[in-house]
Amino acid sequence: MKKPDSGLDLATVQKVANLARLKISDSEATAIAGQLSAVLENFKQLAAVDTTGIEPLVTPTDLSIRLREDEAVVEKDVESFVANAPARSGNLFKVPPVVGG
Amino acid sequence: MDLTNSTCTEIRDAVRGKKVSALEVTRHFADRIQKLDSKVNAFVSTNDRAEDAAKMVDAKIAKGSDPGALAGVPMAIKDLLCTKGLKTTASSKILANFVPPYSATVVNRLEAAGAVTIGKTSLDEFAMGSSNENAATGPVHNPWNLEYVPGGSSGGSAAAIAARMAPGAIGTDTGGSIRQPASFCGLFGIKPTYGRVSRFGIIAFASSLDQAGPMALSTKDCALILETISGSCAHDSTSATIEVPKWSEIITEDVKGLRVGLPKEYFAEKMDSDVERVTREAIAALKDKGAVIVDVSLPLVKHAVPVYYLVATSEASSNLARYDGMRFGHRSTNAAHGDLDDLYSSSRGEGFGSEVKRRIMLGTYALSSGYYDAYYQKASQVRRLIRNEFLNAFQTCDVILSPVCTSPAFKVGERINDPLEMYLNDIFTTSTNLAGLPGMSVPAGYSKAGLPIGVQLMTRHFDETRMFNVSLALENSLQAVKARRPNVI
Repeated sequence: MKKPDSGLDLATVQKVANLARLKISDSEATAIAGQLSAVLENFKQLAAVDTTGIEPLVTPTDLSIRLREDEAVVEKDVESFVANAPARSGNLFKVPPVVGG
Repeated sequence: MDLTNSTCTEIRDAVRGKKVSALEVTRHFADRIQKLDSKVNAFVSTNDRAEDAAKMVDAKIAKGSDPGALAGVPMAIKDLLCTKGLKTTASSKILANFVPPYSATVVNRLEAAGAVTIGKTSLDEFAMGSSNENAATGPVHNPWNLEYVPGGSSGGSAAAIAARMAPGAIGTDTGGSIRQPASFCGLFGIKPTYGRVSRFGIIAFASSLDQAGPMALSTKDCALILETISGSCAHDSTSATIEVPKWSEIITEDVKGLRVGLPKEYFAEKMDSDVERVTREAIAALKDKGAVIVDVSLPLVKHAVPVYYLVATSEASSNLARYDGMRFGHRSTNAAHGDLDDLYSSSRGEGFGSEVKRRIMLGTYALSSGYYDAYYQKASQVRRLIRNEFLNAFQTCDVILSPVCTSPAFKVGERINDPLEMYLNDIFTTSTNLAGLPGMSVPAGYSKAGLPIGVQLMTRHFDETRMFNVSLALENSLQAVKARRPNVI
């Protein structure tokens, strides 16, 4: 496990931006590096809390999640979904070619 | 009838009692939006079909059938809630032209009860912010003083009511986004218990924290709206099956013997003198009504901001992965031909604003290999400890009272370039979301400069009843607070 690292360099920022599929300019990357470094520096305070043996809390509710029958229900027509597509071909979402050549 | 300054309950009663038609009410508030919103900028869009909805309410009344518990009440809906056939943008460029094929459960329930969706209100993009300055349509201005922010992220909803462009509104609250703008704009606003209100059709920010709730001019209005939108929903498996009380009929201002806990850590913080004075006055008012004031301790709450921002941004980085320009939303035309990754990252880079990018980056970093344990996991462990602290405090008190915010509203532009300072602003509100508890902002006074200040109430899970009772007691005690109105009216 790595230690909380408060200094974010530009290479790390660009690596994270790539993981998040976010294109950011060099000036945006510089700003984000400075701002998030300050934020993470402040967040270092958490290291002082003893959490030995504490189960992470991922949802605040005690209620059990309800299950339902696995049945298909047709509620909307195809058109209402495809209507928002940036590009379409009939009933289909149209995407640019992703294979070169 | 002074429609402008009427509450939702008064409007509902007048419409049902045929003193005014739903259509007249809708036109009145639509006119006010037309007249005032160029200054306030609270609305992203107005609803072209609002008059048709109002006419349907009037037709029901004419026929003698039940027009519903919110008959003819115009509601401003935060533009984070999907509205079928009506553009829903999350105040983001990436959803600038998105028209949802369905409505959020909250919207369906309001409309089924006769409420009229008057328009969609501005927010910090994807609900990420505390000032409503991160909106694609520009900053929203506080009707109490247009140089100041209305708070955020439900700043448009709050400003719409404060300027009396709608008598009631729906906001969402992930870390204070209903309570803080309610405090800044002099309104009642409640974040219900996690699970009380269905999240279906509400654009997700952080799924383990998000809840929608009402903002309004009275306790009773909040009660009426909340009982209308609450309850389990087949489309949200985290919505609770627990019974929804008829709060609007059962709440009482009787707080005799009620134990009001003051968390000493909240009062130890360096506090704005106006906030401290107003908070002390609210405590005194409850004491006068017979409440018992007790000290409680929540030592880990001082870590709520880092825990909140690590959890919220981690969840957001996952939730916002869906905006890839394929099926809906903005698609870049500048990507390298045949490069799918470049198409995704260009679309997202162009579509998201700077605060959203910053938070996706923080969340991605907190979840990335090698940092997960130190950030996301650590935060989730401290989150459990914070929740335990609250449950423990509720052994010795029935309601916890604190400030909503460290200060009254600040000026537009004052904090926008310092994200850390903006985040630290959320110290008093984020812990209720982390613990899943209900929280409410109640108007309690004014700063020397004349800006509203609220106090925050928190109760046990699903104990909104007690919270409404205390809110009503404060509302009745502090009549002078309610009597003041923003100049823009």
